[in-house]
Amino acid sequence: MIPTTFEYTKATTVADAIAALGNGDGKILAGGHSLVPALKLRLNQPERLVDISQIAELRAIREENGGLVIGAAATHNDIATNPLVRSKLPMFAESAGQIGDVQVRNRGTIGGSLAHADPAADWSAVVLAAGATIAVQGPKGARKIAASDFFTGIFMTALAEDEIITAIHVPVVAGARATYQKFAQPASRFALVGCAAQRTPDGQVHIAFTGLSDTPHRDHAAEAAVSGKPLDAAAIAAAAAAAGEGVSINVDHYASEKYRKHLAKVYLKRALEAIA
Amino acid sequence: MHLEYREFLGTLGSNSNSVYMGNKIHVKVNGKDHQHEVEPRLLLVHYLRDTLRLTGTHIGCDTSGCGACTVHMDGQAVKSCTVLAVQADGASITTIEGMANGQLHPLQEGFHQMHGLQCGFCTPGMIMTAADLLSRNSNPSEGEIRHALEGNICRCTGYHNIVKSVQYAAEKINKEVAP
Ligand SMILES: Cc1cc2nc3c(=O)[nH]c(=O)nc-3n(C[C@H](O)[C@H](O)[C@H](O)COP(=O)(O)OP(=O)(O)OC[C@H]3O[C@@H](n4cnc5c(N)ncnc54)[C@H](O)[C@@H]3O)c2cc1C
Ligand code: FES
Ligand code: FES
Repeated sequence: MIPTTFEYTKATTVADAIAALGNGDGKILAGGHSLVPALKLRLNQPERLVDISQIAELRAIREENGGLVIGAAATHNDIATNPLVRSKLPMFAESAGQIGDVQVRNRGTIGGSLAHADPAADWSAVVLAAGATIAVQGPKGARKIAASDFFTGIFMTALAEDEIITAIHVPVVAGARATYQKFAQPASRFALVGCAAQRTPDGQVHIAFTGLSDTPHRDHAAEAAVSGKPLDAAAIAAAAAAAGEGVSINVDHYASEKYRKHLAKVYLKRALEAIA
Repeated sequence: MHLEYREFLGTLGSNSNSVYMGNKIHVKVNGKDHQHEVEPRLLLVHYLRDTLRLTGTHIGCDTSGCGACTVHMDGQAVKSCTVLAVQADGASITTIEGMANGQLHPLQEGFHQMHGLQCGFCTPGMIMTAADLLSRNSNPSEGEIRHALEGNICRCTGYHNIVKSVQYAAEKINKEVAP
């Protein structure tokens, strides 16, 4: 499978990359593990690719204001093995280590995954449950988008065509417990259903699902069933009963609506038990 | 797939041994420097197989799923069917041809001794992925070996002997380090 022709530029700074993107016919290339397969199938035929993988500041992972800032071009493997992430945001390391396979984790990036917005991607549920903010930059300047406002539909986000994700800002809450649990599609390892849950010491619980419907989302009904309460068997059962109700559930040849909803309840239960 | 690519090159008035104008890349492959002008759309696996004639790297699926095309890029296992040659500019690549160093690499010896292959099509990719694992974890458990090889598909062996081959290599490497 041979992609159509395109030009290729390697950007060395973010400003460079934004300028090279131009007026809509250019496309960012990060790890290429969603884009290159799409180019090969000719689902995507951009005129120009702007490679951001060599921009050092986009690959960095650092502390800022008590939280962590993960560069958009950090690979899944960078994140899974980073000592800061492992100690301060173990859910991020845990979920990064479950993406695809070693080769995919060595190339694919968190920013690429968020921008691509595959409805079964792992990072979406994780950034939602962590209450992360997505920093983006374009010709009109920089702005920050709350994860809860970022995903707008199947492969759709709040990112404008001429904007680049530069970093993911994640708050670190002392004493918070969080986990990501997924039922992986056995061949691709994408989430058939993935559930991320975070409980802060004030008793507030965030619950987010990926793979369950067109758009990754927080499940506010399930959150209400456990927030502010001890995480005991009764509360967990109530949250599982509420999970996945009232959302339009994905149906494909891997899983029916009934089975996906069942998985949502099972994986939410496992997630809550893991952080109880 | 490969034939189609040759035919495709032919339609561009080129032949399989020539590379045509495009972006200049400089890569080190198995320790040897190479400089070529390549079209941005050229995949790394085609660069290795067709331009450099290193045909040990195989194409099993061309859809990023099977791992037969796995090579090391700056020491990390990558699927070369999902990397553009231009992305490898400045990188150091190791293919299966670069593994033996006068004698077989412990992994190659392991696959030989433990019958880790039948048709052998998946083997170069298996070895490159296993080498990535052993470079990070020289004493992996069976579970860790199976987890590390999730991106590599074999349609012959049933994987048991592949796991044994990697264990053989790990043992040999550990003995060499601490005799
Ligand atoms: C075999 C296989 C298995 C996989 N399994 C999983 C899995 O289990 N779970 C999972 O979540 N994912 C999985 N993936 C997808 C993988 O995680 C991709 O790497 C990821 O979705 C895209 O990241 P990338 O860096 O490769 O992006 P690219 O492919 O380079 O880009 C993807 C899209 O995002 C845009 N983009 C990239 N970076 C930015 C940026 N910083 N700002 C704005 N736009 C940007 C590009 O223009 C493009 O449209 C799998 C992929 C493969 C090939
Ligand atoms: S040929 Fe590259 S993964 Fe199958
Ligand atoms: S030995 Fe035949 S595919 Fe693995």
